[in-house]
Amino acid sequence: MSSTATEVNRNVFLALASIIVLLCSLLLPGTTYSQVDTFEFDSEEQQNRFRTLSNELRCPMCQNSSLSGSTGGVAEDLRREVHRMIMEGMSDSEIIKFMFERYGDFILFRPRLTAGTVLLWFGPLLFLFIGGLFAFGIWRRARKISDSDTELDKSQQKRLRQLLGDKT
Amino acid sequence: MSKLRFYLPVLGFVFVAVALWRGLYLDTKTLPSMLIDKPIPNFELTSVDGSGVSNSDLPDQIFLLNVWGSYCLPCLIEHPTLMRLSEEGEIPVVGVNYRDRQGLAIDWLANNGNPFSFSILDESGRFGIDLGVYGAPETYLVDENGVIRFRHVSVLDETVWQEKFLPAIAELLEEGG
Repeated sequence: MSSTATEVNRNVFLALASIIVLLCSLLLPGTTYSQVDTFEFDSEEQQNRFRTLSNELRCPMCQNSSLSGSTGGVAEDLRREVHRMIMEGMSDSEIIKFMFERYGDFILFRPRLTAGTVLLWFGPLLFLFIGGLFAFGIWRRARKISDSDTELDKSQQKRLRQLLGDKT
Repeated sequence: MSKLRFYLPVLGFVFVAVALWRGLYLDTKTLPSMLIDKPIPNFELTSVDGSGVSNSDLPDQIFLLNVWGSYCLPCLIEHPTLMRLSEEGEIPVVGVNYRDRQGLAIDWLANNGNPFSFSILDESGRFGIDLGVYGAPETYLVDENGVIRFRHVSVLDETVWQEKFLPAIAELLEEGG
């Protein structure tokens, strides 16, 4: 009697466990999906440029995905525009300028170097420099200590013995 | 020197704390428009009711350019405000029917009322790109020379009208007079 009860309990436990495992697998970071458009290109080079541009331009509506990874309406329109401009023979910098004139810095995943973005570009270098200063200071102090005379003089040795309870 | 050594980390902490605190409340959703103080891009399109429209059809006074679509739920929320503004003659409102279908747009206006002098039909979203639109609703304040002076993203309700648009309009009038 009790054994069947345990068995039922175990089955319930197993069922619950598998549900939990399934749910957890939903939380795993999935692959990033690129939107599949049916754009046609004359050459592979054009196709590669399209891929690079739509990865470097940010979707204005969805904040943290690129044009290529977004299903948003604007992203779809902008991909179509990028395709049109490539087919019309515009250069990458012309296409980026077109986007910048309409959507501003936001659309560029690689921000321009301006007064406002200096910290963004060189902040890490600045922090590296500050960290370097600290590291240098610590290293210098450590060397100074190891270089200096470590021998204790007579009065210090006496005090040391007192502290150690004069066991020697 | 030792005083500096004590205060430096404290100052550093305060600086980082203030910067991060501010960061918590930064509005990253509202992007600045690139078209502020620039003229409305040239267009030669049709309106929702089928007639041809271009820049010369725009009002030669201060007006609102409202980006809307029949699929857009927040547009329904701001709709009464737009209706009131145009019915009371407070300001003309021109619509941009953005990424919609003409038939759906006509039905939407018939069902909900039409606050627009006319609505530019932008089924492809191409005019929206020139405006730097990233989703309906958006509302642009345009001066009498057809120059965009202010943009508001998302719902334009009475509060937004009072707190954002009226001061911006007052500023424009002051400039003009």
